[in-house]
Amino acid sequence: MSVNGTPLLEVENLVTHFPVPRGVVGAMSGKPKRVVRAVDGVSFALREGEMLALVGESGSGKTTTAQTILRLVKPESGTVRFEGEDISSVSGRRLRALRHRVQLIFQDPYESLDPRFRVQATIEEPLLVHGEGGRRAEREERVRDALTRAGLTPPELYLDRYPHELSGGQRQRVAIAASLVLDPKLLVADEPVSMLDVSIRAGILALLDDLRRGGLAILMITHDLSTVAHFADRIAVMYLGRIVEEGPAREVIAEPRHPYTRALVSVVPRRDPRAAADAQILRGETPNPVAIPPGCRFHPRCPIAIPECKTIDPELRAPAGARAGHLAACIRA
Amino acid sequence: MSAPVLEVQGLHVWFELERGGELHAVQGVDFSLQPGERFGLVGESGCGKTTTILALMGLLPPSASVAGRVLLDGEDLLARGEETVSPHRWTDIAMVFQGAMNAFNPVKRIGDQIAEPMKLHGVSDGRAARQHVGELLERVGIPATRTSSFPHEFSGGMRQRAAIAMALACEPKVLLADEPTTALDVMVQAQILQLLVELADDFDLTLVLVTHDLPIVAQVCPRAAVMYAGEIVEIGMTDTLYHDPRHPYARLLFAATPDLSGDSEVVSIPGTPPRLDREIAGCPFAPRCDRTFAPCGTVKPRLLTTGPGHAAACHLNDPALKAAS
Repeated sequence: MSVNGTPLLEVENLVTHFPVPRGVVGAMSGKPKRVVRAVDGVSFALREGEMLALVGESGSGKTTTAQTILRLVKPESGTVRFEGEDISSVSGRRLRALRHRVQLIFQDPYESLDPRFRVQATIEEPLLVHGEGGRRAEREERVRDALTRAGLTPPELYLDRYPHELSGGQRQRVAIAASLVLDPKLLVADEPVSMLDVSIRAGILALLDDLRRGGLAILMITHDLSTVAHFADRIAVMYLGRIVEEGPAREVIAEPRHPYTRALVSVVPRRDPRAAADAQILRGETPNPVAIPPGCRFHPRCPIAIPECKTIDPELRAPAGARAGHLAACIRA
Repeated sequence: MSAPVLEVQGLHVWFELERGGELHAVQGVDFSLQPGERFGLVGESGCGKTTTILALMGLLPPSASVAGRVLLDGEDLLARGEETVSPHRWTDIAMVFQGAMNAFNPVKRIGDQIAEPMKLHGVSDGRAARQHVGELLERVGIPATRTSSFPHEFSGGMRQRAAIAMALACEPKVLLADEPTTALDVMVQAQILQLLVELADDFDLTLVLVTHDLPIVAQVCPRAAVMYAGEIVEIGMTDTLYHDPRHPYARLLFAATPDLSGDSEVVSIPGTPPRLDREIAGCPFAPRCDRTFAPCGTVKPRLLTTGPGHAAACHLNDPALKAAS
């Protein structure tokens, strides 16, 4: 936790829209402008040394939320405060300074590394881009440091290698080292292990866990609830651009309050064949975020919807008997 | 037990490498399947699981050479290569390829694409084929009225259902599904897995589910084989594989898989699988194993029966070797 107790990252009522292309004919014939409401009112906070998992299916808005925080896309409205400063509309030098403190790890370590760059150059690149690290010797020291923090030890063994000479797990560690070299406060990890073989995933997740313990805040974008159960402190479940349930990861997964989370948890395949759960398979797929249903956005697929759900857009609130910090956006929770 | 519908005996596949030499991708795989059985073939990338089922379909590239027998109702599909496989491909044994949902021709109607194999194999044509396509789509949970839709008008889940319908067009006995739910959302994955189970149950279809995802196999397949470095290292009831694994790789693979309960530590398996372009001395898993002893580095373990219908390729199961060490 930071000194004054304010969270490192505070997202409030974030809204991000994308226009739906109408085409020339559509625009000329006066076809109405339509937007994809990818993020439609998202609020959450993240503290130092905390791992928050943003979970949802495709179209839930989890990736757009992350991109908005990284200012890769501009929000329609709402605020994103980083270390107390509103970054939702900063630009130029201040945006560069932000990029310094917030780093991103991509899903695919086979594509995120430049195949022509040796490990040394890959990790040094962010320092050069940001004009940091001073003299060459100092930069080399920081590169070695980052490799060590990413678990690639001794660093001398890796410095001169090319990506194709590394395994998938080692590549992802190099990508993590490149994100650590600027000493960021927040790491956004978009499905960091989904492209890796099962046998090496745990190593990468344990590394992220170590970094979190060291004070780094981690926002993990994932669809994998089992991984969340093991590694995340808190979880926020997204559906159609909103967080529908949020709270301590283990508690939300063990006692989900929102009917969507309940269904989602119930269909996760368990590794024990005897642990066959009472799967609640929802029909259909997440609807198009161009046409978000009125009232509760989940009501057309909800197994426990009542007539009020068609009109009331529920807010996140603490369900009866839930522990502190556990919130659900359901009038029946 | 009735007669097996499919028996794989001593299957080997080699790929000729451009830079010379050979890659021994499948190194003597044996298993047999009962009619209507759901069987899992599980392992990590490069273990040979996809190559194995491509060999069953006779769909390996020209750079591959194959040895062994694949008996479909007693007839060896590999006996004379294409000549013996082609009469059975799609009509008796069919496959849903990895990424099949994205392999539809974008400018042709779904119904016409599903009808293609029927025409090709003379199963049905014209109006009969159209009607059959409608029935097939209904069978996989898509309204028959959607036959004239284009692929882009379908969601990912519907395209995967259509890909399954296409594989079923000629009413095969055996369906091989390669990672059929990878890249799908959790809820859609559950829908597709439920569909595959229903199809197997309702039509006595034998299902081979190929995946890297152990929990999917645990929930869908009563029996499974774990592959490593081109071999089956353990085969048997999935329940036994989880609760009483007899090969360290099978045990560690489960331990490396996170579970919703979140209650046990997730481990990683150190090291990487061996290269398959050279002879492996001893057990291929030995360099990564946590239970090695004297013979593991030099003697190659064979699949030994460890219980009824269960076998594992690990020296720990050989009392004579264990006693000697």
